[in-house]
Formats: sequence, structure tokens, C-alpha cells
Amino acid sequence: MGKEKNNSFIDRVWDLFASVKFAVVIFSVIALTSMVGTVVEQNVEPEKNLTVLAKLFGESAAPTLYSILDKLGFMNMYHSWWFVTFLLLFAMNLIICSLDRLPRILKLVREPIRPLSEEHIEKMSIRRSVPFKGKPSALRDEVASAIRKIGFRPSESETEKGLQFYAEKGSFTRLGVYITHLSILIILVGAIIGLYFGFNAYLNLPEGQTTSVAYKDRGAEVPLGFEVRCDNFEVDYYGASDMPKAYKSWLTVFKNGKEVMNKVITVNDPLTYEGITFYQSSFGTVPDSMDRGVVVLTVASRDGKSEQVNTRVGGAFTIPGTSETGKITNFSPALSFDQAGRPYTYDQNLLNPAIFVEFSSPAGKPFSGWILQRYPQTWNLPDGGRVEFRSFWGVQYTGLQVRKDPGVLIVYLGCIIMAIGLYITFFMSHRRLWVSLAEEKGTARILIGASANRNRASFEKDIEKLAGLLGESRKGGN
Amino acid sequence: MSGSASSVFFGLSTMAYILAMVLYIGYLAFRKKAIGVVATTVTIAGFLSQTIAILLRWKEFYDIGQMGWLRAIPLTNLYESLIFFVWCLILAYLVIEFKYKNRTFGAFITPVAALVLAFIDISGMSKNIQPLVPALQSNWLLAHVTMSFISYSMFAVSFSTGLMYLIVKTEKRNEPAYIFWTVMLSIFIIVLCALGLDYLTFKLSVKSQEELIKSYLFKATFRNSSSAISLLSWAVSASLTFVIWRFGGALRKIITGFNISAETLDEITYKSIAMGFPIFTLGGLIFGAIWADQAWGKYWTWDPKETWSLITWFFYAFYLHSRLMRGWRGKKVAMVAVLGFVAVIFTYLGVNLLLSGLHSYGSQ
Ligand code: HEM
Repeated sequence: MGKEKNNSFIDRVWDLFASVKFAVVIFSVIALTSMVGTVVEQNVEPEKNLTVLAKLFGESAAPTLYSILDKLGFMNMYHSWWFVTFLLLFAMNLIICSLDRLPRILKLVREPIRPLSEEHIEKMSIRRSVPFKGKPSALRDEVASAIRKIGFRPSESETEKGLQFYAEKGSFTRLGVYITHLSILIILVGAIIGLYFGFNAYLNLPEGQTTSVAYKDRGAEVPLGFEVRCDNFEVDYYGASDMPKAYKSWLTVFKNGKEVMNKVITVNDPLTYEGITFYQSSFGTVPDSMDRGVVVLTVASRDGKSEQVNTRVGGAFTIPGTSETGKITNFSPALSFDQAGRPYTYDQNLLNPAIFVEFSSPAGKPFSGWILQRYPQTWNLPDGGRVEFRSFWGVQYTGLQVRKDPGVLIVYLGCIIMAIGLYITFFMSHRRLWVSLAEEKGTARILIGASANRNRASFEKDIEKLAGLLGESRKGGN
Repeated sequence: MSGSASSVFFGLSTMAYILAMVLYIGYLAFRKKAIGVVATTVTIAGFLSQTIAILLRWKEFYDIGQMGWLRAIPLTNLYESLIFFVWCLILAYLVIEFKYKNRTFGAFITPVAALVLAFIDISGMSKNIQPLVPALQSNWLLAHVTMSFISYSMFAVSFSTGLMYLIVKTEKRNEPAYIFWTVMLSIFIIVLCALGLDYLTFKLSVKSQEELIKSYLFKATFRNSSSAISLLSWAVSASLTFVIWRFGGALRKIITGFNISAETLDEITYKSIAMGFPIFTLGGLIFGAIWADQAWGKYWTWDPKETWSLITWFFYAFYLHSRLMRGWRGKKVAMVAVLGFVAVIFTYLGVNLLLSGLHSYGSQ
């Protein structure tokens, strides 16, 4: 007796989880609670949300409201126990609902179509009737070929009054909904794997430096298992504006001391090595580093001899093949000129690096001037030589997101399956048709019945065509 | 760019759509076939003009950006994406008009386009062509935005036909579904009028185009500095809602007089969601996630925009499933379809306007 009761309890829970009603309730619950998390900012300092709550509900109510919401986990709600529980219930709902219906659906998919009685065909949602004279068997081939013409392969059987053809297409499309549902579960699994076996870290790597670790939110080190070096970081701009066009980092990866990979990463083009991916996410200037910066120049003489020069502010260089020398006497990370034409520095970051070079030549007149990295027209010297300001190197760091997510491929797989599932569900259909040829007391007719579980209108057009073909064949045949 | 050829054509299409809205509503009211024909002609003319404008802007952007044709598709900011939305919506409408040979929908769909266009104009959002910042240089983003807006326009159609379905199907004034549609329709009309008034006062008084949306949305009415005007706006809105509620039955008679059955409306609502849902899932959610993954290394971060997309998705999943439940087919389902589009609007505008205002310091 106890056993029976137990059973019915389990049955009831099963039925609950197998119902669409429960799904709809879960949709609403997840959607409504999610809204709260878009108003209350997630994972931020309390002051921020206190301000938000004060704007909405007044200064006096804000602190109490905050502490209530905080206790309920709303300040990090998408990872709170109750939100995760909703997601689990949602997943359970999907699994049980599918298990509950799948056997029936599979039977429907596997079972081949059968001939039907005329009364049945009369009740189909799409029907046509074409009268003809003569014996059904005389029309056999014409009907079969007409059905083939609209893309079906008919089976045939004898009936009391004549013949019946029947055919179907796309019975597997009934599984589309289940494929869609399965894909949601796959995505959830991928997300969980990423959460448990992956990490999210960041790394601020100055030009020229190498590291074997990244850092988590609270500064904890994450070993990478290999080393990565930032060779260079640069920003490209749109023309003369300060609007950035691209952020680029030149990265080199070393495994056991050997160089194994190098790549220039940009914002939408990360580097991946051994499952760990480096994303370009920010950049900055290493504090107090300006006087350590290396000025990288390509210096060329009038007759085309050139060489690369690495020097510093205060350093000097010689134009190759001449005795002309240049000395870098001043530097600006972001040079501009005011209305009177006087130079000034408008930012402490490397927005528009410039060096001031004083040339001394034993022969000609000495001259001096600003040379700007972003303006090649400033590179030409009056005597035909050239000083190309390539880079001011070693003062910037590149900010990298470092992520390992072994679940991401599963998530993507789920996405692909979802796309396929949705396509099958919404753009394909299970189409069935029956064509019955019956003769009774000298009158004979072709009765066509058809059904489609979706996109009926387009199937109706095919059936229209079939009826047309059969009408024609009859005229031609007799 | 105010003098460029594209903006001339945009201006023409805006005027055409607003005129079309008036004509379609006139067609409903006076039942003159001639008005309907003119309305369709004006809509098509507006559509052609808008198409030219989009192509011209594409070319202008290509010349400035120097990053190839694909990267120059004009879909990179709020202004351009809303323009594209209107374009898709009008295209969808024209398809429906020709397929169902019925112009009644025009009176319900063109106002959505007009609302968006009025919003664009009064919000003073930047219409300038700007080069792409690095994070936006992604083909996934392009596919994401394009498909999102195609699906939004499908959802806009289902909003309109869902509303019409409710109008046709409800008879008693105390029925929840009746109250629901009268309130939704009133809000819609009130917002449209308020934006129109903002537009007029804005054109007259505010000189700077660059002012923020927040600072003058509804400033001519509800948020007017004079509390008398603000109160009056609320009072007018309340009475308008009452009038619509009291005489809503007349609207039902008009629509049914045009030979549209409730079944047709339900069918269009379902079909446009059945088109929009997979496109939104793939373009809105999946491509968006892939883009985020490539740009920031996280495919999902629960930020408000993403979360609201998910909420919208759940609304429409709710719609699709509630159709399968006994007792839900019909009015309740139509209400879900209407609410789904409210979620769409909030995802696109509410998150940017309301939530960002809420989360920023120092403003107001
Ligand atoms: C967000 C998650 C979900 C999505 C995106 C989704 C998607 C879909 C879609 C697109 C359809 C086809 C609807 C139509 O033909 O109009 C469908 C049908 C269905 N869904 Fe879901 N679904 C979800 C969750 C669930 C859950 C949790 C259940 C659990 C009960 C469920 C049960 C069903 C059932 C029973 C059908 C009808 C199947 C049939 O027609 O034979 N779905 N779903």
C-alpha cells in the first residue's frame, strides 16, 4: 500500500515536470527575476547600488532595502543558489518532458505511413477530388508518376473499390523540437564545465617582459604552463584624429625555453595556446617609465643608406655615411601646438609621441625640430636625409584577458545544434498524402487527401499541382 | 553630414512614412479605396527612397572608413540600426499587404515606423558617420546586428497583429484582454504624441544637436519643467485612455468591416514569431555571444543588455509554448505576443536610456 502511494507521488512529480505548464511558469520566473539583476548592478561596491536604490525608492528606504536584497543574494544573483536552482529545475523540466514524449514521437517517426479509408481521407485538412472514367488500374502509372513529379515516392495498395497510393516526406522533422531542447541542455553542460574547469584572469604585460602566470580577480596567481612575452604594443589611429582604429600586441609564446608561437593580436583576434586564450582588452603606461623608454629610429642619408638606431631621450645618433649627428634633447608623449605655434604636451599617455632633435653638421647650417611618430611628413630633414620615428618602446603595457574555458566548444556545439533544431522545427514539415482511385457503379474518382504539421500553405500548392497533373492525365488518357 | 545626399533621401522617406500612417488611418476611417491606393504608393515611394538613402550612406561610410565594403555596412550605431529596423518593418509590411491583399494592417504597422522615426529625430542621436572603434570591427557583430533587427521587425509585425487580434476578439469592456489592449494602444498613442510634441518644441527651442536623449525625452509633456503642463499631460493621457476604453468597440467594428478574420490575424502573429524566433536565437543570442567571446573572452556575462535579450527570448519561448496549452490559444497568447515586443523595445532602448541613466553618477 505504501508502495502504491509512493508510486503515485513519483508519478505526480513526473507529470508536473513533464508538463508545458510548468515550463511556462519556469520561463516567467527566470525572466522576472532576471530583470531585478539588470536594475541592481552585479558584483559592484555597495555604494553603487545604494545610489541606485536611493534614486528609485528614496534615501531613507535604500539601506534597509539593500540589506534585504543583499541577504537574498541579489547582488550576485545569477550565481546565487536560488537562481542556479531555477536553472536546474528548468533543465529537469526539459529532460523529463522530452523523455516523456520521445517514445511516442519516435514511434511516429519510425512507423511507415499506411493506407487510409476514404472516410478518413475525406476528413483531411487538404483534399481534392478529380472525377474520371474507366478502370483505376488503367491510371496506375500516370498517378504514380504524377506523385513522383511533386517529389514523393508513393507506395501502393489494392482497396475494395480500386487502388490507393500513399507517400510521406520529412517524418524526421518531428524531432526538430527535441533537437532544439537537447541543444539547450548541451549549452548548459558546456557552461558548467567552463565554470568548474576553466578560469578567468588578466595580465598587464609591459613591452619586453615575459611572464609564466596570469592573475585572478583578487590577485591570486594562475600558472600558465608556458611563458608569454609582449614584444610590442601599438595603437593605430584614424588619420590625424585620436580615434583608435586598432590596438595591437605582438606576443611570443615559449614552451620549455623554446619559441613555439608568435602572433599579433587585436581586439577581435586573440591568441590561443594549449587551451588558454589571450584577448586584447586594455593598455596603459607603466608608471614613471618615460625616461627608460627606447627611441627606435630608422635613420637614412640623402643617398639612401639607412640603419636602425635604438637610443634614449638624451642620446645621439649619426646619419649613416655622413658625419652629421642628431641629439634627442626633448620628448613629449602627446605633442600638440597651441595657436601661437608653441608646442605643449596634452596628455601623459602615448597618444602622439614626439622627439625634439638637434642636428649638428660640420658642413651645413645646424637645424633642429620636432619629429612625430604618427606624422611621417615630419621625418624628412631639410638636407634630404630622413629620421623615421618608429616607436617609443618599453613604457607601455598591454592589458590582456586570459581565459581558459574547456566548455566553450561544447557551448558552440550546442549553438550549432540549436540552429539546426530551430531550422527543422520552423522551416521544415512532415508531409503526408494519400491518393485513392475508386470506381463504383460506373462513376470513378481520384480522391486526394494530404496533411502537413506546419507550412500547410506551401504543401497545398504542391497538392494543387498534383490535382492538375491528374486532371490532365485523365484527359490525355481517355 | 547634414547636407549629404543620403540625408535628403532619409528625410524624404521619413515624411513619406508619416504621411502613409495618416493615409492608412484615413483609409480605415473613411473606407475609400482611393485613399488606400495612395497610402500604398506613398509607402512604396518612401521605401525606395530609404533604400537609396541606405545605399548612399553605405558608400559614404566606405569612402571614410577605408576598410572594405563589408565593414562599411551602415549598421554601427543606434541611429543606423533603427533606420534599418524601419526598413525591414516596411518591407515586411509590404509583403503582408500584397500577400493578404488587405491594407488594414497598414494603420497598425506604419505607426510603429513613425514612432521610431520620431524618436530618432527628437532624441537628436548622432547621425554622423563615425569610423569603427576596434571592438566593433567584427563580422560576427555585423551578422548579429543585422539579424537582430530583422527579427525585431518580425516581432513588431506580431505586436501589431496581436493587438488587432485582441481588438477583434474582445467584446466586453470589463474583460482583462479588452482592458489590456486599450491600455497598450493608449500608451502607444500617447508616447507617439508626446514624442511628436517633443519634436516640435525641440526644433523650436533647442539649438544643439548633441544634447543627450535623457535631457529632453518627454520634456514637452510629462517631464516639463512647469508642473501644470506635466499634470495636464497626465490628465490628457488618462482621458485618452478612458475614451479608447469606452469606445474601443467601434474600432472592432471598423476592422471586422474590412474582412479580416481573427484567424488570419492569429496566423500572421504566429508566422512572424515563427520567423523571428529562430532568427533572433541565431543572430541575437548566438552570434552576439560569439562576438563577445572573440572580443572579450566571455560569451556570456549577464550584463543588462544580454540579460534583457535573454528575457525577450523567454517571452517568445513562453508564447510558443503557451500555444500548446489548453485554454491559452487565442487572447492570452496574443497578449504574450504584444508583451514580447515591449520586452524587445526595452532591450533595445530601455537598457540604454533608463538603466544606464540609473547606473550613472552625477546625472540629474
Ligand atoms: C528556453 C527554452 C526552450 C526553448 C527555446 C524551446 C523551444 C521550443 C520550440 C521552438 C518549440 C516548437 C514550438 C512550435 O512548434 O511552435 C517547442 C515546443 C515544445 N516545447 Fe520547448 N523550448 C524550451 C523549453 C521547454 C521546456 C522547459 C519544456 C518542458 C516541458 C518544453 C516543452 C515543449 C513541448 C512539449 C513542445 C511541443 C512539442 C510538440 O509540438 O510536439 N520546452 N519548444
